Amino acid sequence: MALLELRDVGKRYGGQYVLKDVSLEVDAHQVVCLIGPSGSGKSTLLRCINGLEPIDHGEIRIHGDRITGPGVDVDALRRDVGIVFQSYNLFPHMSVLQNVTLAPLRVLHQPRAQAEERAMQLLKRIGLEHKAREYPERLSGGQQQRVAIVRALAMNPMLLLLDEITSALDPELVSEVLGIVRELARDGMTMLIATHEMGFAREVASRICFLCDGAVCEQGTPQQIFAEPQNDRTRAFVRRIVEAGRLQQPTRP
Amino acid sequence: MLTLIVSAAVTAAAWLALLDVRSVLSALHRRGAFVDAALAAAALAATLITLPAAQALRSTWRARRALAGGDLIGARVAMAGARGSGWIALGYSAAQLIVVLAIWFFIANDLAVSRTFLMLPLIVSSFPLVLKAFWMNVYMSLVAEALVLVWGLLVAVAQLAPGEAGKPIRLIAKAYVDVFRGLPAIITLYLIGFGIPLTGLPLIKDLSQQSFVILALTLSTGAYVAEIYRAGIVGIHWSQTAAARSLGLSHLQTLRYVVVPQAVRLIIPPLLNSFIGLQKDTALVNVVGAIDAFNQAMMIASNHYNLSAVTTVAILFVLITIPQARIVERMIERDRQRLRAAAA
Repeated sequence: MALLELRDVGKRYGGQYVLKDVSLEVDAHQVVCLIGPSGSGKSTLLRCINGLEPIDHGEIRIHGDRITGPGVDVDALRRDVGIVFQSYNLFPHMSVLQNVTLAPLRVLHQPRAQAEERAMQLLKRIGLEHKAREYPERLSGGQQQRVAIVRALAMNPMLLLLDEITSALDPELVSEVLGIVRELARDGMTMLIATHEMGFAREVASRICFLCDGAVCEQGTPQQIFAEPQNDRTRAFVRRIVEAGRLQQPTRP
Repeated sequence: MLTLIVSAAVTAAAWLALLDVRSVLSALHRRGAFVDAALAAAALAATLITLPAAQALRSTWRARRALAGGDLIGARVAMAGARGSGWIALGYSAAQLIVVLAIWFFIANDLAVSRTFLMLPLIVSSFPLVLKAFWMNVYMSLVAEALVLVWGLLVAVAQLAPGEAGKPIRLIAKAYVDVFRGLPAIITLYLIGFGIPLTGLPLIKDLSQQSFVILALTLSTGAYVAEIYRAGIVGIHWSQTAAARSLGLSHLQTLRYVVVPQAVRLIIPPLLNSFIGLQKDTALVNVVGAIDAFNQAMMIASNHYNLSAVTTVAILFVLITIPQARIVERMIERDRQRLRAAAA
């Protein structure tokens, strides 16, 4: 059974569909990358899976449990699904350590010592344990985003959603954030990643899903999508990003 | 030239006023070498405003000479200097004129104004009584402010109750804010202060008059403060809520740990403004007959047919609000600088 299963998910803002009949599956330990032009619905899709936006039709299941529609405890859902945002969204009035331990303390009711020990462990892993007492505004964008990832990880989610997490970063800070995601992928974290970093997507993704106008145009292995796209829109998109120098011309086997 | 005439006229007026002060003081047998010296010094100070005026005139002459000599740049520099001095002379003259008029107002009609509002012996003799009564105002302010802090937050949170389930609560909270923000505080005070004892309701009818006043002020200021809290909460970017909710925090936990702590920093200046308003509103308690500083002062005023004790109260109110106003200004300035630093 797939860990995450979307069936015919539709979402409207006003009269306009931003998601149309999106069906998608993510198996445990898979990394699925959502690519596509801006406004194609990547972020909205992630926000719907996290219950931050209600969907208008279709259904979303995690481990076979329906998580959309009436009678669903969204707070419980969110404990299992972490999300990292483009603009980090750290809590500016809390230190790094407080940011990371807030949810384990208040939602999981862990003892403080345990929560802090785990937080320090995670911070050490990303090389920021010396920043634990600092406030977010004293950190660089890349450091803030790494803390945001750790904050999500502290809840031990079984699925991690990453919403264009490097789009707001200066180019030289991108690699430090992507390095952590790469490491998570190696450790078997299940992730659904909306990204514009095509090279990165090709490298880490088990599967790539190309969204356009709120619908899944094409999905497949990175090789299929970047080297031999079938859909016209996908082909045009891949050509444009290659021309823009965002992706090296894939070598045909 | 005009500037010089204006400043000379104002100086002359100041001299006249000082002469009047001198004659009044001599009438009060307070004349002496010291007073004369002080008045002379004041007269001399009043004359100082003609200096920039004369300076302006000299600069103008210099400009004319420079122009005649073909030195265009020199003429411009001199004219700019003349304009600067001229404006300084006019500004200081205006201020001095206001001071002179105020002095005249207080010594007019054989010191009638001063006697009515500023009778020193009465101020001194009534001061302990007024000050003691003023503690009542301070006490009521402090208790009401503490209650308002909690009550306003409760109402604001109720106004933001989420979803279908929260709808009736939202409506009630909104209705409360609409009613008590619209009601003049004095009417709320009157209705509660006289109404509740009449209702004969057990327990609450026996509360002290002060308690009614505190209740009324809490209800009326609470409506404003609820709106301030709400504006602060709504002013926190929704991405903060999204981040908190995505971590599994509930609506109330999100408010408590993430949104309200950030909102409070935003709202402290408007909150302090509301508190200053509340402190002043404590003077309204005289409608229900509680003895506060104003009521006490009014009694003294009617006993002596003189308002000096009321002036004391006025000064006391101003004295306690000034430091608070400065704190508010400093905080606003600090926030502005922080915003600028963040934008840079």
